[in-house]
Amino acid sequence: MTISTMPLRAFAAQVDVDRARRELFGDRPVQEGRVTVKLPPIAENGFSVALDVSVDSPMTPDDYVKQVAILSPRNPLPLIGQFYFTPRSGRAAVSTRIRMSGTQAIQAVAEMSDGSLWTGSMETVVTLAACVVL
Amino acid sequence: MANIRLAVPDTATQGEVIEIKALIQHPMESGFRRGSRGEVIERNIITAFECQYEGETVFSATFHPAIAANPILTFNLVATQTGTLTFTWTDQHGESWSDQAAITVT
Repeated sequence: MTISTMPLRAFAAQVDVDRARRELFGDRPVQEGRVTVKLPPIAENGFSVALDVSVDSPMTPDDYVKQVAILSPRNPLPLIGQFYFTPRSGRAAVSTRIRMSGTQAIQAVAEMSDGSLWTGSMETVVTLAACVVL
Repeated sequence: MANIRLAVPDTATQGEVIEIKALIQHPMESGFRRGSRGEVIERNIITAFECQYEGETVFSATFHPAIAANPILTFNLVATQTGTLTFTWTDQHGESWSDQAAITVT
């Protein structure tokens, strides 16, 4: 009820993260674990935050990580990026730099070759948000 | 022409998992910022990245506005054969930039 009385919701929330996840992966169950998200504990500047995601997988042709989606509960758009692996990746790990509009827990969802979904997250305190100083 | 920086090992042993770094200079304008007169600055982002190893796609990514400017990616590949790695970035208008690196596998 509180949500409907708000004049404008400019930022995504957990419901939007869940919706984005359903759009990507459907209603399949998501299990906690196997996914490690690394971020600095404090980010002074939300414009560029180092993100490191790795998934525990043997990365063989029979058992590998197909995709990792990065989701934000507080950015204007919940979906940050998607990374597609193959057995020839060798390791299911990727590092990049992301924008964060405020303190939040970044979530990563990994889709395995057998269709199962795994998730992990990490919270970072952002002292200067990417969308405050425009 | 966009400025591309690649870090690919020159040599590797067969089956070794190698680390690749790929950066492209690009503003990744999110479309959420406003200019000095309050006007919305139009979105202009790279939306797709692909790494091909001798013509086969081995790693790819899609970018959204929350990927920071000058997007950098660090990822891994299995060194299978001597050949060429091709890195391609495509923006929202379909324009693309590409660069290659050679690797010798022993």
